[in-house]
Amino acid sequence: MSAVHDPTELAAEAPGPLYASRVRVYPRAVRGPVRRFKWAVLIACLAIYYALPWLRWDRGPSMPDQAVLLDIWNERFYFFGLTLWPQDFYILTGLLILGALSLFLVTSVFGRVWCGYSCPQTVWTDLFMWVERLIEGDRNARMRRDASPLSLDKTWRKTAKHAIWLGIAFWTGGAWITYYVDAPSVTRAFWTFNASTPVYFFTFLFTGTTYALAGWAREQVCTYMCPWPRFQSAMLDEQTLIVTYQGWRGEPRGHGKRTPDAAQARTDAPPLGDCVDCSACVNVCPTGIDIRDGVQLECINCGLCVDACNEVMQKVGAQPWLITWDTLARQAARKQGQALPIRWWRLRTMLYAGALLLVAVAITAGLVLRPVTSLSVLHDRAPLFVPLRDGSLRNGYTLKVDNKTPHATTFALTTAGLPDATMILSEQSAAKRHELALPVAAESVGTFRVVVQGRPTALRDGKQPLDFVLRDPQSGRRVTYRSLFVGPHGS
Amino acid sequence: MPTKIEKDSVTGRDTTGHEWDGIRELDTPLPKWWVYVFVATIIWAAVFCLLYPSIPLGRTYFHGLLGYSSRATAMREVAAIDARHEAAMAEIGRLPFAAIEKHPDLMAVAMTDGRITFANNCQPCHGPNGEGRIGYPALGDDVWLWGGRIGDIQHTVTVGIRSGDPDARSSQMPRFGVDGILKPEQIQAVADYVTALYGIAKPGRDISAGRQIFADNCAMCHGDKGQGNQDVGAPPLASHIHLYDANRATIVAQVTNPRMGVMPNWNHRLDPATIKSVALYVHSLGGGQ
Repeated sequence: MSAVHDPTELAAEAPGPLYASRVRVYPRAVRGPVRRFKWAVLIACLAIYYALPWLRWDRGPSMPDQAVLLDIWNERFYFFGLTLWPQDFYILTGLLILGALSLFLVTSVFGRVWCGYSCPQTVWTDLFMWVERLIEGDRNARMRRDASPLSLDKTWRKTAKHAIWLGIAFWTGGAWITYYVDAPSVTRAFWTFNASTPVYFFTFLFTGTTYALAGWAREQVCTYMCPWPRFQSAMLDEQTLIVTYQGWRGEPRGHGKRTPDAAQARTDAPPLGDCVDCSACVNVCPTGIDIRDGVQLECINCGLCVDACNEVMQKVGAQPWLITWDTLARQAARKQGQALPIRWWRLRTMLYAGALLLVAVAITAGLVLRPVTSLSVLHDRAPLFVPLRDGSLRNGYTLKVDNKTPHATTFALTTAGLPDATMILSEQSAAKRHELALPVAAESVGTFRVVVQGRPTALRDGKQPLDFVLRDPQSGRRVTYRSLFVGPHGS
Repeated sequence: MPTKIEKDSVTGRDTTGHEWDGIRELDTPLPKWWVYVFVATIIWAAVFCLLYPSIPLGRTYFHGLLGYSSRATAMREVAAIDARHEAAMAEIGRLPFAAIEKHPDLMAVAMTDGRITFANNCQPCHGPNGEGRIGYPALGDDVWLWGGRIGDIQHTVTVGIRSGDPDARSSQMPRFGVDGILKPEQIQAVADYVTALYGIAKPGRDISAGRQIFADNCAMCHGDKGQGNQDVGAPPLASHIHLYDANRATIVAQVTNPRMGVMPNWNHRLDPATIKSVALYVHSLGGGQ
């Protein structure tokens, strides 16, 4: 609806209070397809959240067998068959960018459906409201009880509600921890009082935040704390599908009987619209707003008012979908009696979708092309070379071998570029070999000090290239690192 | 001071009177709980000041009821690390080298301790990474005056060379020139022979005289082929690397009036476990045998 208003009317009375109590929202229960869909999303989200850490995934001996584990202490993130090392963090950054772009795209097409259906704040608030309704009854009963003086009935219901809330919150806080440490072992440690202080601290911290945010703060998180509603206006446009009250159909609203045309002619009043002004849409709203005021900051686009209004429209025998999902452009056209198609593809959605595709391809490529074995070689800074008794030279190197495979692997190291070169693993044995065996545990980095001995034949400016060739005997994969063999100048 | 405080007709609320390009700001009251949170932070601060060190009192300070001190915490952690280190060093002192090398954790402690001890005590002569310098042996090459096995290194570090320690490794090269054992021309001849061993001889020079003098006077310690003898600390002469410079004049000077290096005994400065760590570190530099 258009918001033409005249704000020039000067305030007559003294300025209002600086602080105001929160106006309590008592959302009424509602039934309908939207509500059923919202329950389904809620159950799916919560099931994933609580169950995922318990999913096992065999990675072989001495490796964590949790499917999803963010092992911060050991600097490894496990996602099913994928293990991310700190140097793979760009992939995680890419996933976050992917998440942000998806949010932009979905919001520009369907409005704030993230807020309305899958935001944790919405999901847990919905769950807490369901508990509240179960114990304290629906909107009217709750309002009546809250207004009544303290009684046994009120006491036990409030106590029971908060106890169950705290229980859910504790379960939620505990589940959070299991994403960071092995779920079965930390659960056992928790209940035998053997878990570490951070485990207890974060469990109770997230218990507290869940209880406070979903039980008490609720819609205030969305209106006061969350930045998303503030910049959603940059994603929404007149072609976005949003929960819309069809003012052209509903107004003028009124309780009165819808009079037949003949009787209508005898009165001066314009015919009433479809809106019977029953306030059902306001009563079911989890953020306590009136959708008939148009799109507004507080609206999380959950569509519960759609279900509520449809129920009433059915009762009064009017067409349903007085409140529906529609775009501002189509509503403006409807007002003129025209029908416009929904424009899914606009520059905005095409740009978001294109960027989304690009990042998705880049991440997939990054994952597929990610080397599972890598070798880096650091030449000793001093001494650059050591001359030996027989006139040959020794160069010292520090090798780092990344083994990103889930198997302990013994790599074979050879050199190329220096005829008849021999190597010594100087920290382990004095034996000279042409091929070294470098054992590296699964998913870890092996560090080796290697001394290469040989007679350089092609020194130029005191150095010549020397290749280290690392071979995985199982897969046959080779990694080559080009380093230098250093000798005296002018030889 | 804003002057145009108006009532917004949509919300029925006052505006603040601020206006930016036609956009007016509603004067929405702050939620009360927000104010309570603000008060709670003040109370939190007061309680924090009571519990933790907070108020400076001239030369001292109020320690707080909990008596917390970040320095004391850090020192406790340092003490814990020291205790762990001491336990590891005790193991290093107790176990033979072969057992230490099989134990990666002990080996890591030994290598770190050895590296630091080397930097503090050995590097002024042997160089930061054991590269050596003239008169001071390089430790990464394959020439060892007194043996390059790990036990040899440990013993050398412990008792030193010509250090004055009763068990010190010691040997004496005769002063062939100064004491008149060899005549100057004999010294010149043996120097010719030794340059041949070094591989820097001038071509066409007759070295047979020098060879005989060498066999009679030098081979006893340096070996008949100039291969050296670690039992007496005699350096190999048939080699490309030398403790002193590799030229004929240096050979003549050394035969005439030899320089002999001294390495201190470290048994009075370093405990046996630390010496073992240094030996492991030196052995790992690349020359260990």
